[in-house]
Amino acid sequence: MKSRVLLAVLLAALMVPACRRGGGDEILVGEYGSLTGTTATFGQSTNNAIQMAYEQINAAGGVLGKKVHVIVEDDQSKPEEAATAVTKLINQNHVVAMLGEVSSSRSLAAAPICQANGVPMISPSSTNPRVTQVGNYIFRVCFIDPFQAEVGARIAWEILHLKKVAILSDVRNDYSVGLQTFFRQTFKGFGGEIVAEQSYSEGDSDFRAQLTQIKSANPEGIYVPGYYTEVGTIARQARELGITVPLIGGDGWDSPRLWEIGGEALNGCHFSNHYSVDDPSPAVQKFVTDYRTKYNQTPDALAALGYDAARILADAMKRAGTTKGDKVRDALVATKDFQGVTGSITINKERNAVKPAVVLKIENGKFVYVTTVKPTGT
Amino acid sequence: MTTFLQQLVNGLSLGSIYALIALGYTMVYGVLRLINFAHGDVYMLGAYTGYYLSRKLKGSEPSLSGALVVMLGAMLVCAIVGVVIERFAYRPVRRAARLTLLITAIGVSLFIENGAQLVFGPDPKFFPSLAPRADFLVGGVRLTSEQLTVIAVSFILMILLRLFILKTRTGKAMRAVSFNLDAAKLMGISTDGIIAITFALGSALAAAAGVLIGMQIPKIDPLMGILYGLKAFVAAVLGGIGNVPGAVLGGLLIGTSEVMVVGYLSSTYRDAIAFGILILVLLLRPQGILGRAQKEKV
Repeated sequence: MKSRVLLAVLLAALMVPACRRGGGDEILVGEYGSLTGTTATFGQSTNNAIQMAYEQINAAGGVLGKKVHVIVEDDQSKPEEAATAVTKLINQNHVVAMLGEVSSSRSLAAAPICQANGVPMISPSSTNPRVTQVGNYIFRVCFIDPFQAEVGARIAWEILHLKKVAILSDVRNDYSVGLQTFFRQTFKGFGGEIVAEQSYSEGDSDFRAQLTQIKSANPEGIYVPGYYTEVGTIARQARELGITVPLIGGDGWDSPRLWEIGGEALNGCHFSNHYSVDDPSPAVQKFVTDYRTKYNQTPDALAALGYDAARILADAMKRAGTTKGDKVRDALVATKDFQGVTGSITINKERNAVKPAVVLKIENGKFVYVTTVKPTGT
Repeated sequence: MTTFLQQLVNGLSLGSIYALIALGYTMVYGVLRLINFAHGDVYMLGAYTGYYLSRKLKGSEPSLSGALVVMLGAMLVCAIVGVVIERFAYRPVRRAARLTLLITAIGVSLFIENGAQLVFGPDPKFFPSLAPRADFLVGGVRLTSEQLTVIAVSFILMILLRLFILKTRTGKAMRAVSFNLDAAKLMGISTDGIIAITFALGSALAAAAGVLIGMQIPKIDPLMGILYGLKAFVAAVLGGIGNVPGAVLGGLLIGTSEVMVVGYLSSTYRDAIAFGILILVLLLRPQGILGRAQKEKV
């Protein structure tokens, strides 16, 4: 009897894929992102922009005569959930391509699954170099950490004229550890001194012990390559302990909630980012206006990159003339001078985008544009 | 040296939080021989109650009276939560095997954690400033008003608890129940009432800890009770479970050693230290620092 029930269940399970949606007049694209959890605004911004990009593309006739439909899975800001999400999107929803993630740790958890299934994956904003090294189906449309850390070091050395800097990084986060390593290298190369290195783990909320050690080393600035939830909390606790020097960080700071968490403690802090809302170029201004009209908030860089990733994928499908994984992959490799919101995007042979970074300064809740740093060799 | 003293202050303020939570573990264990795994989640509920109360009060400037209202409100709400948990989850299975009670506690804990994610949302929330803040510099060591409040409030509550247990009739009854439940019942003590009061007190202390951590950190999230609860439990075992001063001592020791490990070694060992201490205690002095060795009754 038991085995008969089991058989029935198995049969039912086999029939599920037969009634999946899509196939006919729709192209199914998978997206996994942190819609909830400690980096919720990352996933939400990215998702908003991706939805907007495909709405615009569908309104203009779609891709290859079909409408693009995005299926979103929430990974709750956890790497293990990211792996589950992409497995489900590939095996159950049969998506033809994957968009995500913001966090490098979560992209690294999902990338091997996409690679093994021959599904092209574009990460909008994972900056750790290892992400695209997973395999030849993994792409990104943002710059990578060695460059971003160099920008961080330039902020400290050239803009703020700091000689002695401390680093406080998240040991369990590939993004943060990558930035820490490259920052140390570059800043020492400039002739600067790293006076203290302390670490925390994502999800920690008490940073007083680390900050007390950092304070005793008397740095002139602190490089904090983390995500906004921790950075905001760190800034507040640093000021409470009497640390007045500026904090410097990367694109993980970019969130509308950063100011809400850290408040005035963040005034005068600098971070490197992918684009600035104040950029007068028509492409940026159109995107900002569209996004504001639709969502009633200002798009952050993660939204801009999500938008670019979605459109580059559509563009590659058009150029490939099919949605077959290997053909789309080849078309993605050939992406050259794509005019995105975050600048002109060319995919290099490591499947990374080469493009400049902007430096932003935090002033009373606003991210003020300071300068643009071009990658060396361009 | 100032760095060390500053770390000591950081450690004591974290340790006071552990101590407040540990008291609830130890009191409940004292009367019921139950490790109340849901206790860490009551602490989380305290933090959230404080958060929503302070949002309600928002508009008024941070003030001491406002902070006091938030704290007492959260303590009251959680005292009721504690009594409800005891009445509906633990009392029906009190006479069942010890394991049944333990598993019920784990069930309650999971229920609260997931319920909280559903009700409050899984994203972390951030406490507004409750009390006006000021910093004091004492010999190069910076004492923030938040840290001082945490330490002061914890100690006041712990002293009040001690007085309550030692000087009042209810406290005496509580000690009697803890000594022997059946004998206490035979002496005409309303054991159900005493157990309910124990849960109410323990939960109120956890709520106070929740509000204090909210003022200090200021991040709260629905799963914050798991790790704090576990470490407070370790603190209770370290001090000798069932022993009230032991819980306080254990909390302060765990908090201080955690901060010292992060400051002088590596943050990676932050959580390892508490559990390392637990293993050592269980090996070397299973009854805890202040606990009395109990002979197995035959």
